[in-house]
Amino acid sequence: MNYHFEFGWLLEYYPQIGKGIGITAELIAVGAVAGISLGICCAWVRALGPAWLKPVVAAYVELIRNTPFLIQLFFVFFGLPSLGLQLSELQAANIAMIVNLGAYSCEIIRAGIQATPRGQFEAGASLAMTRFETFRHVILVPSLQRIWPALSSQVVIVMLGSAVVSQIAAEDLTFAANFIQSRTFRAFEAYIVSTIIYLALAILLRQALAIIGGFIFPRRTAR
Amino acid sequence: MIEFTLWDILRNLLLATRWTVVLSLVSFLGGGIVGLALLFLRISKRKSLRSLAKYYIELFQGTPLLMQLFIAFFGLGLFGIDVPAWLAAGLALVLWTAAFLGEIWRGCVEAVAKGQWEASASLGMGWLQQMRYVILPQAMKVAVPPTVGFSVQVIKGTALTSIIGFVELSKAGTVVTNATFQPFTVYGLVALIYFALCWPLSKSSQILERKLNVAHRNH
Repeated sequence: MNYHFEFGWLLEYYPQIGKGIGITAELIAVGAVAGISLGICCAWVRALGPAWLKPVVAAYVELIRNTPFLIQLFFVFFGLPSLGLQLSELQAANIAMIVNLGAYSCEIIRAGIQATPRGQFEAGASLAMTRFETFRHVILVPSLQRIWPALSSQVVIVMLGSAVVSQIAAEDLTFAANFIQSRTFRAFEAYIVSTIIYLALAILLRQALAIIGGFIFPRRTAR
Repeated sequence: MIEFTLWDILRNLLLATRWTVVLSLVSFLGGGIVGLALLFLRISKRKSLRSLAKYYIELFQGTPLLMQLFIAFFGLGLFGIDVPAWLAAGLALVLWTAAFLGEIWRGCVEAVAKGQWEASASLGMGWLQQMRYVILPQAMKVAVPPTVGFSVQVIKGTALTSIIGFVELSKAGTVVTNATFQPFTVYGLVALIYFALCWPLSKSSQILERKLNVAHRNH
């Protein structure tokens, strides 16, 4: 082996790498908030919503869960313009991530709702809560607390999956790595370093979500 | 300009689907073998082996599959090994699949009641015998639904190999789009083919899980 590893020169490219980390972080922040919100709406439809909407949401969830994220991304970015919907790379990446996480979080949240005892609905009704109030306070929040760990790992999976948005030229961390690789031909260093950054991001994100979880669900007795 | 019929597009995509299927099978089988080795390390009595497997799993689950593919494809080339796309794709997917299967199966082994270990030990069985005759047969029952479920992730994971130039369904989708200028139709069809591959597996995983739950409730 006559290849010499050098990592020092990578410092030169810190603006690119920094920008890439920023965009990856922004994508997952927007994706997580909007995606989980979409998931909550879909879970509501599947649990309590109008009957005609249920199969629509079920089809959406199954379709997204059984196709690769890359194809969803290509469909949004390359396919939708032919319907007259022009999107920038970042918009397309955002939409694809929201739609993707929405479907997965719908399934996860629905499992949490299903694990809620039926008596809870009746208990809510007996306290003169409206259907919405019962859902909001009695069903949703304890369900979310129950499935928060599963939801957190799904968010981390989506963050790691976001590496493919570089393929539609959204300038995320992978894009930065590709850029550096094509400039310097030092593929190994560029990809090793960005892989380590991704690993650090994944660990950080997991910690952050645990802290956020402790914040949203303070000292409720878990049951 | 040449006109492409829907059948032209679909036929080309279906021909490429063969490679998606082959790569999925190779990754799943290879990943299963490596994953089994990983499982044995993960539950071994030596702490060093256990943490070795733990770090392996953490590393592969905590980094993007795309990066693993890039490192296998561009990285190995630097050592003077000529890596064709199919080899890099297969290698990365096998190692990635192994990390997930190893962790899934560890959960299944740990789900076997502790009394089973003690009972088999009291019969004078060695560790290998315990695994072979007592623990694994019971763990395998629990392991089937999540393993089938994970195979869907493997099929979807193969889509990423198009990025390093392995010609499978996704790559064919890009190529056909470039020839026909009909991205909406082509990527729609690609998505439907993936759906046709994955949905039966997802569904059977769900059904198996429900059956298992019913079986467990009867105890």
